Amino acid sequence: MSNQNLNQDNHGHSDDHGHHKETFISKYVFSMDHKMIAKQFLITGIIMGTLGMAMSMIFRLQLAFPDMKFPFFEGIMGHWGKDGKLDPNFYLALITIHGTIMVFYVLTAGLSGTFSNLLIPLQVGARDMASPFLNMLSYWFFFLSSCVLVSSLFVDGGPASAGWTIYPPLSALPKAIPGSGTGMTLWLVAIILFIASALLGGVNYITTVLNMRTLGMKMTRLPLTIWAFLVTAVLGLLSFPVLLGAGLLLIFDRSFGTSFYLADIPADMAGGIERVGGSPILFQHLFWFLGHPEVYIILLPALGITSEVIATNSRKPIFGYRAMIGSILAIAVLSFIVWGHHMFITGMNPFLGSVFVLGTLIIAVPSAVKTFNYIATLWKGNLQLTPAMLFAIGLVSFFISGGLTGLFLGNAALDINLHDTYFVVAHFHIVMGSAAIFGMMSGIYHWFPKMFGRMMNKSLGYAHFWLTFISAYCVFFPMHFMGLAGVPRRYYANTAYDQFSTFVDMNVFITIAALIGGAAQLLFLFNFFYSIRKGKKATQNPWNSNTLEWTAPVKHLHGNWPGDIPHVYRWPYDYSKPGSEVDFIPQNIPEEGQTDPLQEMASQHNH
Amino acid sequence: MSETTTLTNVKTGTWGGGKSPFSISYGKLMMWIFLLSDAFTFSSLLVAYGFIRHSYASNLVTPWPSPDHVFNHFPFLHGVHLPLMFVSLMTFILIFSSVTMVLAVEAGHRMAKKEVGMYMFLTILGGIGFLSCQAWEWTQFITGTHEGRMLADGSIFHGANLQMNQYGPTPFGDLFFIVTGFHGFHVLSGVVINIIIYLNVLGGTYEKRGHYEMVEKVGLYWHFVDLVWVFVFTFYYLI
Repeated sequence: MSNQNLNQDNHGHSDDHGHHKETFISKYVFSMDHKMIAKQFLITGIIMGTLGMAMSMIFRLQLAFPDMKFPFFEGIMGHWGKDGKLDPNFYLALITIHGTIMVFYVLTAGLSGTFSNLLIPLQVGARDMASPFLNMLSYWFFFLSSCVLVSSLFVDGGPASAGWTIYPPLSALPKAIPGSGTGMTLWLVAIILFIASALLGGVNYITTVLNMRTLGMKMTRLPLTIWAFLVTAVLGLLSFPVLLGAGLLLIFDRSFGTSFYLADIPADMAGGIERVGGSPILFQHLFWFLGHPEVYIILLPALGITSEVIATNSRKPIFGYRAMIGSILAIAVLSFIVWGHHMFITGMNPFLGSVFVLGTLIIAVPSAVKTFNYIATLWKGNLQLTPAMLFAIGLVSFFISGGLTGLFLGNAALDINLHDTYFVVAHFHIVMGSAAIFGMMSGIYHWFPKMFGRMMNKSLGYAHFWLTFISAYCVFFPMHFMGLAGVPRRYYANTAYDQFSTFVDMNVFITIAALIGGAAQLLFLFNFFYSIRKGKKATQNPWNSNTLEWTAPVKHLHGNWPGDIPHVYRWPYDYSKPGSEVDFIPQNIPEEGQTDPLQEMASQHNH
Repeated sequence: MSETTTLTNVKTGTWGGGKSPFSISYGKLMMWIFLLSDAFTFSSLLVAYGFIRHSYASNLVTPWPSPDHVFNHFPFLHGVHLPLMFVSLMTFILIFSSVTMVLAVEAGHRMAKKEVGMYMFLTILGGIGFLSCQAWEWTQFITGTHEGRMLADGSIFHGANLQMNQYGPTPFGDLFFIVTGFHGFHVLSGVVINIIIYLNVLGGTYEKRGHYEMVEKVGLYWHFVDLVWVFVFTFYYLI
């Protein structure tokens, strides 16, 4: 009885949770069960991701074959693809929405939303999130936000076209370009809804991890996934409000005639009101104060998933557990003081620039700690090359090759040459895009049995991995050379410049690789949806993993565990422990001589 | 049973799991985290203010006006130069409403329903008083003074709107509206929430529940809103 009270943390949940009647609406739609909400986030994320990927296919075709006509363009895009030619303004809209979808909807909400929701209560040993109601609201704000963003594709003038960073004045003056009108307004509405969703989720994640760990689950016994999700939530909670503030000022500039971000715009260009006194650089500062931590909001959950998957599938304890936690924290702190490296060429004081360079390069240290720890964990491990493991190793590969180019871009002097070229595109698509997507895929393959009670098909998983891995490198690696030669990003076509004609074949190569990569994702989609219904039935602990989620039954219960919540006696990485007969010891198994933690603490207390 | 009692009273280590490391409920922890996040929203607006104001530091053509000369009016005292007197009164009212909120929380610990109700009522009055003062201040700012400012075409512009103002550069007015407006919106939300809690107190909801924690939670929010005002007052009016 007393155990129960301690575990329950006095928040109104009780054991008879699973017994009340559930209707279709309360189970599948307005669900307050964290496992169902995780699935909702995942499936919405996958749908948005498919959309974002399809957009990239369209603009890749345009970049490779700028003179060719694709009659189906008119079929899918109407007047934006008239006579099979992509409209230049719509090209800008496509890259903007592609970036927005991938950064916010797939790799923030799709990744954090899915795995934080699924794993936090299960891995810390809680019946559900601290506030299941706010958790449900978090999903529905996200859903609404997705709907608004998608609907902006259909408005007059097209969706927002100022790039995913929506710099003013393109975003601040409704008449600047076609996408600056209604499309931009809807973009802002969508992002504000998104921020509400992120905050509701983040408050819940942090509170659950801090307040609701089961007995014995010390902070130093948390799986690294949970550490990553916790720190990610903190990052989001402290950086998204700044984007909210920035967006608020932008809305005032757009709709009410203020001049926060407009320095000197004559009245006839700005809706009849002369705009003086503001600064577009201010927006960039506010935006990147979110924008840089956002990179780690995307990466950290992927790295956390990788830690878990690599340790489990190497059958070895993670190398340097505390160093991993330390590096997550170091990355989090540093990520707040380096936003200026996105703005080296805005005319900032060179001394300030050098401060940002220093901070940026220091991030390489904790990142390298993580990388070496992954490699050291793999070293001489008993590797189980499941699809999840391959994707996790793929993440390490991308994290290294993309991280190295970060050293170039983080240097203010080199950045003068490299900024806004394809070098930047290559860098962040490898280190943030591909790495995080691989982390997400790894998580999906690894926790699919936990989510749906079935296994995904392994062979399709291998095909998916190799095709994606090779095509991702083929797409993004050549872009470095284009960027070094000066090819600018965001251009509709580079045919006007003779010096870029050498890259015509390379562009074709990249596009073909991209199409293959896109096709590979269809394999994944098929595998995913087929396995939900027809996959092999999963056992309770298919990967012989140590963490608590695998002690819960395959069939989902509202409340997670049928009886008492398991207590925790050890860290989550007791794989291949010397002297042990099995190569894994779950966290809820007592150490030798260890009794119930409560008894133990009681006896300590009595001494 | 005796064993159970000893076990629940055991010191289990602050971060050992099985309980809140801060010994607070999840709701109160969430309120703290939300306030931390909201502090960053306000910071972004104040940083924007600092950024733009700094860019006027050496601007002699349209210098940033001194708040002493803009906010120097007081109701019923026409033509008297009383720099920042009225806004000081507003600040006093708001801070005083924080005091009554503290008293309400304290009374809640004693389960003194009547006193909680009384102090909540005073807090609500304080909030409404502050908002009324802000309404007067905004009206004064918007209508402007008799002198106004001469524009390039020879006409005189009085007061302020989001596009221009008589006091100084456009962003001076814009920032006044957005910073104090965003804060005022928070106060308004706080008053609405306080009224709901007040009605619950009168209805005996918390009496039945056995604790007045909801009063504490809205108290946290209310103190936060007051604290933010101290920063707004310092940065926008005093400096």
